[in-house]
Amino acid sequence: MSAHVDKTRANRVPPKSVEIHIRRRANPDSPPYWERFELPYRPNLNIISCLMEIQKNPVTMEGTPTTPPVWQANCLEQVCGICTMVINGRARQSCSALIDNLEQPIKLEPMQKFPNIRDLVVDRSQMFDHLKRVNAWIELDGTYDLGPGPRMDQEDVQERYAYSRCMTCGCCLEACPQYDEDNYIGPQAIAQVRLFNMHPSGESTRDQRLEGIMGEDGITNCGNAQNCIQACPMGIPLTRAIYEENRETVVHGLFGWLKK
Amino acid sequence: MASNGIKIAIVGGGLAGLAAAMRIAEAGHAVDLFSVVPVKRSHSVCAQGGINGAVNTKGEGDSTWEHFDDTVYGGDFLANQPPAKAMCEMAPSIIFLFDRMGVPFSRTKEGLLDFRRFGGTKHHRTAFAGASTGQQLLYALDEQVRRYEVAGKVRKFEHWEMMSLVLDDAQVCRGLVAMNLQTLELKAFPADAVIMATGGPGLIYGKSTNSMVCTGSAVSACYQQGAKYANGEFIQVHPTSIPGEDKLRLMSESARGEGGRVWVPRKPGDKRAPSSIPESERWYFLEEKFPAYGNLVPRDIATREIFQVCIEGKGVGGENQVYLDLTHIPAETLDRKLGAILEIYEMFVGDDPRHVPMRIFPGVHYSMGGLWVDFDQRTNIPGLLAAGECDYSIHGANRLGANSLVSCVYGGFVAAPAAITYAKNIERNGADGSRIYDQELRKQQEINDALVKQSGNENQYLLHQEMGKWMTDNVTVVRYNDKLKATDNKLLELMDRYKRISINDSNLWATMALPHARHLDNMLELARVITLGALNRNESRGAHYKPEFPERDDEHFLKTTIAEYSGEGPVISYEPVDSSLIPPRKRDYSKPKQEPKHDPAAARPVANV
Repeated sequence: MSAHVDKTRANRVPPKSVEIHIRRRANPDSPPYWERFELPYRPNLNIISCLMEIQKNPVTMEGTPTTPPVWQANCLEQVCGICTMVINGRARQSCSALIDNLEQPIKLEPMQKFPNIRDLVVDRSQMFDHLKRVNAWIELDGTYDLGPGPRMDQEDVQERYAYSRCMTCGCCLEACPQYDEDNYIGPQAIAQVRLFNMHPSGESTRDQRLEGIMGEDGITNCGNAQNCIQACPMGIPLTRAIYEENRETVVHGLFGWLKK
Repeated sequence: MASNGIKIAIVGGGLAGLAAAMRIAEAGHAVDLFSVVPVKRSHSVCAQGGINGAVNTKGEGDSTWEHFDDTVYGGDFLANQPPAKAMCEMAPSIIFLFDRMGVPFSRTKEGLLDFRRFGGTKHHRTAFAGASTGQQLLYALDEQVRRYEVAGKVRKFEHWEMMSLVLDDAQVCRGLVAMNLQTLELKAFPADAVIMATGGPGLIYGKSTNSMVCTGSAVSACYQQGAKYANGEFIQVHPTSIPGEDKLRLMSESARGEGGRVWVPRKPGDKRAPSSIPESERWYFLEEKFPAYGNLVPRDIATREIFQVCIEGKGVGGENQVYLDLTHIPAETLDRKLGAILEIYEMFVGDDPRHVPMRIFPGVHYSMGGLWVDFDQRTNIPGLLAAGECDYSIHGANRLGANSLVSCVYGGFVAAPAAITYAKNIERNGADGSRIYDQELRKQQEINDALVKQSGNENQYLLHQEMGKWMTDNVTVVRYNDKLKATDNKLLELMDRYKRISINDSNLWATMALPHARHLDNMLELARVITLGALNRNESRGAHYKPEFPERDDEHFLKTTIAEYSGEGPVISYEPVDSSLIPPRKRDYSKPKQEPKHDPAAARPVANV
């Protein structure tokens, strides 16, 4: 995760107002349309505080009252992932998108790779389904007290920590040229396979995870565009995960049958 | 694992709700799990610093008894002691369980769990995964619950919001009514028991460190249906947050745990850059006033000190801000131990805290109060339990840092078997069963229909803003009785104006307007509980501070506040606190804490617990 801070912004003359264009849709069956809004500029605004402002009094730039645009937000600290939308053409979290760093007019659109529910809200449940498919968990013997887990090297922990920060926001899938209509398991789930396959206890169910990312819509769909790693707001080494798991699946494909 | 068809409904998919769900599913019973957001996006992700447990790997002679004593002392003796003790005893095994689930806890050179220091203790007792421990713990439980979802034991109802409980004629909880947040469809869900795990009510204050879902709405609905609400007036204001337009972002206590120092220039209004102010001209006021604990005094104390410094015009640049300085610590150490929170600061403020001291100010953070529960997490309504921040147990008048994550999991782990035991012994409703569900469903539908139909000149978002401002100004760090009375009058006025709001969205599909209106109604009710609890408590204890009554008054107020709903507002009563294990003593963090009496039972090695 890197901070997208424009160090020269202090020298800029602050604008008088913020102009925001929102791509809207009343429900999944109706066509999209654009509406424009304008609000007075204040320092330190982010997209969410602008949307909150519009919500209080939803009137377009042309002075026409309208329905309040619908959006999702929760933690507002870029750690829950829910407020992801496409801002000026790039998928990112709207809580950490500061107005001072954005080109105006600001264009807000829902993510395109997921079903659009209404306005800026999409349904990302397919990402959680991917986690089921790849068994993204440790198979515990039970939750009763069995003492501490295996000892681990801090370096391995730090690599796992990087994968473990995935907040299932979908930026990687939105940016991936291969991913469309849920045709590919995608970098998000592959990185979780890496996370659990690296763990000493997780290793024992490694093969089930590998089988979850093999097949027609599996890991081989990756076209190596490397957009995912650019798009990830948490700086997760997604391409490394894809490389490592690709290697693991090849070995598993070649020699896996010997175990059966 | 035999099942006799028990079904438990859990409301809330944060740490407490998922902990309970995992345990119930593991025992072979069915869970319906309700959450307004996908559970992986719950507010628990915001917890940063770590989770407490006296594992004593640092050779400091730490023990679960010492943790218990710190918790009770830090909470100014308002907590019932038996559950606080039980939590501290369970804490090491909770940390070990998360370790086994694969949480990437930071390690020592030997590959053991590393621990850091937090406020209100002298021991390294806080296990941590970078500075995003809550996120990591929540994900671990999310993963385990997903396992049970695949196995068919857990049904998730995400984007469904609980509207009310279904109570039978004997006031026994038989399930709940929830609303689908896309279609606005209302549906009744029968359950043998319901566990509330919905977190805190920070949104009552408008802006807080809480997530947008933390309205306290569902808990308020329980209160209005007869659940007792306890110690509502105890609201923790975190000493270090980053003020923002949309929320106050938390700056974790771990920043001070890792050596961060709080200061202001000795000369008020000093315009120099912080780096060019020499040591001798900096006022490290916490270190000066509290030599024993320094920057790691408990949160209520740090908050009051920072607040006072700013009120006296001694804040940085004369404004409401003080420095929280990490610049003396090597950047590599900071990245490893605090990376995630430094990135948050950098992202939202634009300065790099590795090189420039952070500017922070206190912000509403946590509710020690919540639904009244007994030592098995059961509320006064049979069949209704509560766990996590939404219940009042454990923290007393002030919560210690890194005790929230452990209390959430503890609450979930106690509520789960208690709910199962209860469910095994109840008589189910007979043929008459469906009537109570239909009744409650109709009642909720009528409320929604009326809201949609009514048109008035009041704006619900502006009412929320006004409530937040009044509550923040008058019911936080420093409380005066006249202002508390005025706030209650304001709340009554807002409740009256609420009747004239209009839903400003003609498209009800996936609308935010109707759910918000329901939240606002419930928040106003809970705001009165908080305000009147504060008004009636004429003493100062933990987070509750009245200059007119600056001392703790054990004779009159070593008592739990109980609020019960009535048509005329909250009815306040008191019940005694169970102080059977550690006699109350004066809190004084300028001196080291007296040696606690050692409980021989707690001296066993932790691994055998």
